[in-house]
Amino acid sequence: MALDKDLLLRLYTRMLTIRRFEERVGELFAAGKLPGFIHLYIGEEAVATGVCANLRDDDFITSTHRGHGHLIAKGGDLKLMMAELYGRKTGYCKGKGGSMHIADLGLGILGANGIVGGGPPIATGAALSAQYRGTDQVAICFFGDGASNQGTFHEGLNMSSVWKLPVIFVCENNFYGISMSQERHQQISDIADRAAAYDIPGFVVDGNDVIAVYEAASAAIQRGRAGEGPSLIECKTYRHRGHFEGDPTVYRSKEELETWLAKEPIRRLEARLLEMEIVAADELGRIDGEIRAQVDAAVAFAEDSPYPDAVEIFDDVYTGEPVLV
Amino acid sequence: MRTLTFAQALNEALRQEMQRDPLIYVAGEDVGTYGGIFGVTAGLLDEFGEKRVKDTPITESAIIGSAVGAAGTGLRPVVELMFVDFIGVALDQLFNQAAKIKYMFGGKAEMPLVVRASCGAGIAAAAQHSQCLEAWFMHVPGLKVVLPSTPYDAKGLLIAAIRDGNPIVFLEHKLLYGIEGPVPEEPYAIPLGTADVKREGQDVTVVATMNMVHKALAAAEVLSREGISVEVIDPRTLTPFDQDTILNSVKKTHRLIIVTEEVKHAGSSAEIAARVAEHAFDYLDAPIKRVAAPFVPVPFSPPLEAEFVPDEAKIIAAVKGVVMAVAA
Repeated sequence: MALDKDLLLRLYTRMLTIRRFEERVGELFAAGKLPGFIHLYIGEEAVATGVCANLRDDDFITSTHRGHGHLIAKGGDLKLMMAELYGRKTGYCKGKGGSMHIADLGLGILGANGIVGGGPPIATGAALSAQYRGTDQVAICFFGDGASNQGTFHEGLNMSSVWKLPVIFVCENNFYGISMSQERHQQISDIADRAAAYDIPGFVVDGNDVIAVYEAASAAIQRGRAGEGPSLIECKTYRHRGHFEGDPTVYRSKEELETWLAKEPIRRLEARLLEMEIVAADELGRIDGEIRAQVDAAVAFAEDSPYPDAVEIFDDVYTGEPVLV
Repeated sequence: MRTLTFAQALNEALRQEMQRDPLIYVAGEDVGTYGGIFGVTAGLLDEFGEKRVKDTPITESAIIGSAVGAAGTGLRPVVELMFVDFIGVALDQLFNQAAKIKYMFGGKAEMPLVVRASCGAGIAAAAQHSQCLEAWFMHVPGLKVVLPSTPYDAKGLLIAAIRDGNPIVFLEHKLLYGIEGPVPEEPYAIPLGTADVKREGQDVTVVATMNMVHKALAAAEVLSREGISVEVIDPRTLTPFDQDTILNSVKKTHRLIIVTEEVKHAGSSAEIAARVAEHAFDYLDAPIKRVAAPFVPVPFSPPLEAEFVPDEAKIIAAVKGVVMAVAA
């Protein structure tokens, strides 16, 4: 498909931004600068990028514990994200949420989520809200192969199918739920097959081909906007790192990892851009340099920011009058 | 003033609020064409249509979870959990998502969500359809817990809950649906966190919730004929909790009995007792006593269920225990 050169460059830049941000986060975590758990999106950039490139700011996404890629793809601010990872009060959530709970309501980002399967009902509800208010907004629900076994996945698909809600369920099948390989946690191979159980369209896509993801998402989003109901897109992909930073990944073989590294999404698009002569190699280097500078600026912003004051612990439990302060 | 049943009062609250605000919608199992199995949503489908009164599949995670998503994106859901006992299959969406989203997101999200649920024993519905679980919800920062005892309170508290803008669990004891009481015709909101002195008295404070309010009042009437003056206080909400009304009462009466239908161990009465012990210790002339259910699942057979549910006799005995303790 003939895609616009600007779009291809945007897709590339966005994926590389995610990659450089995540690499840096990995280094910072290893250096002991980031509290808590970190779940890196490295290797899966094409999924978030390809899907979100179709979205408006007023479309919704629900994300997962592995949510930095979704947040950046939807337009999240690197500084505010980094500050949140550092637990500083200038972060997206004033330091109250951390990596697994980053949200930007102004960009329709309804939060990363620490509960596997927490997203599908919430995305269903956001789609319900759009339908109720008569807009053509859509909701994207990102979730993994592990989450596809949760009851909430089934309830979300069922409710959105019977009510014809504009939600697109995007499965990032990276073949593992922590240490459980897909073949050990479900009988089926193609999670997209589960769409048939709910009488909705389901598609398998090469999740490391950002253009394929973009096109599949585009069609599903158009269906949603036109009132034709939900879709399920399964993107086969792979996480380069462990489930969490520090995970010894004893459950995966080196050979398997190397196979997937060879198919990773950013170098694939890079090769196409060069081959189609959309960019020259030095331009790619310039883009990379700019991105690294943005990541540096985000780290500097975070490290210069204060922690929340102790009294802030009581803020924002409720709307209106505080309770039991 | 005209009287309504508790169920009718709730129905009127829903209707008036839905007339006022087009962003409010109702969803739940059998709430539409059937009008709700306790009749609370009767007539709403005819008046407001399918968009605003939604019959759902049997799918509690999605009922409450979709309400979370809708509340976070501009709507004001009032969803029904047919029995509070069914919260188990949807608890994550209530306590990990709805209750925490505003805080975790640094205050940016709004979560105006009401979950109405029937609760309580007395109709031989057995262990999985008869519980009082308010203590679970009290224990979650970010939730509010409302439990009316009269039709007047039911309408005013539900209107307040719908307008409050927070995730609220609104508990309706199933034996209360049919009771009648005076209810103003116009909409009115009772501020959450205000207890109600249902009967004034001098000798002992009895704090009671939901159906136990009526048993406490009946017990108070019997006791008054024996010269014991009982003050009955209905907290009406457990979070936020009106501690001052109860402390002021205990400062006057010097004795406290707490009556709830929950299992006694770790029930809401434990929290109330701890607070009074902490803040009014010097005013107490007798230990705080709790009247509650035994630590068992709700049994089916009617005589056993009657043994489970606290009754007037148990309340009277508890009151006499603390009054006599001083006199002796």
